[in-house]
Amino acid sequence: MNITTFISKRTLVPGLITLILLLLLVTSPLYAPAYTLILLTVIFMYIILTVSWVIFSGPTGYMSLAPAAFFGVGIYTAAILGSKLPLLIVVCIGGLFSVCLALLVGALTLRLRGIYFAIFTFGLVMLIAHLLLFWELHVTGTRGRFVIAVDHTTVYYVMLGILVILLLTALFIRHSKFGLALQSIGENEDAAAHTGINVTLVKVITFAISAFFIGAAGAIMATRWTYIDPFIAFNPLFSFMPVLMAIFGGMGQLYGPIIGAVIFAYLEEFLITRFPYYYMLIFGVILVFAILYMPNGIVGLIQKWRKGGQAGEDAGT
Amino acid sequence: MILKILDVFICGLLLGGIYALIAVGLSLQYGVARVLNISHGEFIMLGAFGTWSLYTMFGINPLISLVICGPVLFVVGFFLHKTLFKSLLKSSASIGAFEGSSLLACFGLLFIIQNIAITSWGADIKGYSYLSVPVNLGGAIFAANRLVTLAFAVGIGIAFYLFLARTRLGKAIRAAAQDPAAAGLMGVDINHVLALCFGFGALMAGFAGVLMSMCYPIKATMGLEYTMIAIIVVVLGGLGSIPGSFIGGFILGIIGSIVSYIEPSLSLAAYYVIFILLLLVKPTGIMGK
Repeated sequence: MNITTFISKRTLVPGLITLILLLLLVTSPLYAPAYTLILLTVIFMYIILTVSWVIFSGPTGYMSLAPAAFFGVGIYTAAILGSKLPLLIVVCIGGLFSVCLALLVGALTLRLRGIYFAIFTFGLVMLIAHLLLFWELHVTGTRGRFVIAVDHTTVYYVMLGILVILLLTALFIRHSKFGLALQSIGENEDAAAHTGINVTLVKVITFAISAFFIGAAGAIMATRWTYIDPFIAFNPLFSFMPVLMAIFGGMGQLYGPIIGAVIFAYLEEFLITRFPYYYMLIFGVILVFAILYMPNGIVGLIQKWRKGGQAGEDAGT
Repeated sequence: MILKILDVFICGLLLGGIYALIAVGLSLQYGVARVLNISHGEFIMLGAFGTWSLYTMFGINPLISLVICGPVLFVVGFFLHKTLFKSLLKSSASIGAFEGSSLLACFGLLFIIQNIAITSWGADIKGYSYLSVPVNLGGAIFAANRLVTLAFAVGIGIAFYLFLARTRLGKAIRAAAQDPAAAGLMGVDINHVLALCFGFGALMAGFAGVLMSMCYPIKATMGLEYTMIAIIVVVLGGLGSIPGSFIGGFILGIIGSIVSYIEPSLSLAAYYVIFILLLLVKPTGIMGK
């Protein structure tokens, strides 16, 4: 097998599969039932959260628990501006507000390492939720807000659009020098700084990029929920879910977090409808076993299986 | 005015006593066993509901529950470390990887314990009345149960400190906290000591839960809030420092009491502000090196 056919085969097959999948997804509102569209929207949302989280936390190794903060900022943007501006602009502004928060937090805290960063970002989510609740109760005199509802086909398309742009961005970052710089920060931050990488700048920019997509997803998702309050918008579960999904899927490859998000989102839907009272319990058990027996996630399993197959072939020839 | 200040101050001490116990427990689990136990608060909740059940069903005195719930939770924590965290420790490449994966495993535990509690005790607020007779203390009036709680919290804290400082096992725990590898080389059975530390952490949480149920209303979802408070206190006192956690608990309790005197709904927000400022200014804490 020569090199050219090897390369074209490697990119052609996944490329074709992606294209067919994309065509199916774009045309699905024409024939799929409404329930499928709504389920797909939720799955897209989880993929966006997870892949955005992996863009930053995957290569650098900084465990961010801030997604819920960015998500909540997007949701509140939609709640406040939803009735005044066109939908797409609201979604973009939701993303941009998240970017502002990420720049502020990133510049302040990205020098905290290890577990401190995780705790700090989690504290941030709770702080925003509590301050917002205080503000709502004492200043505006409300508790929750209503969000202008949008029909589910539009929500579906906007979510799909964000997802496609996010995946292209993620691919671009992975294959650029910027991605290489990120990777080297994760391997050894001091060494990366010594090779001339502006470590803080690279980290803050990546943090902001990941925040943009999470905020945008929050803004569009809010239109489906129609009623929100500080603890719905800043639910810490939206910080934990991306982490769990990414680890469950495996972070070595881009498709890992996607597979993890799809499986978890479907599992959540399945468990909530079948076992509404035991859903979180079953979820916890699956989580503990996934961490115990699949430390490298589904990608780890696939790679192990592939390696096993290849070793068999080599032995055969 | 002076009476009001005294009132707020003593309320803070009462709150601080419980915070200190919780934080000492988490400090053992994170400072020594390297498990950032997000499910710490669930053990507090279990202690509180265990006491509630024993009191309302069998009429057992909450102070006797202390020696029932505490040891049971100790055994649970001990075996959790012997099984779950030990195998995670074995399969992790570095201590950083272990911290990450054990944090996620604790999230799993949190979901499991919390939902077992909700299905068995329901999600609504519960409470009982024990020793709620008023006591006059220099003009300010307190319920007797709060004073008993404070006395027990301080007593347990001092007893545990003496245990760490004076006994052979305490020495082994302190050695494991400083340098696990070297302690292992000196003949300390390190896995056993780490499991004991995790168990002691659960024991402290259980004690705190029992004492808390005597003064405050309890509910099945209260765990995470106390876990966050414990994390804040541990960082405030300095990671791995038992006296630091104890002092930090009282400091946070008094601050909480002052803030809730001014504006009750902001006390949690105030904790987070202190925490975030602390991480930015002095992440090693007051007793950290």
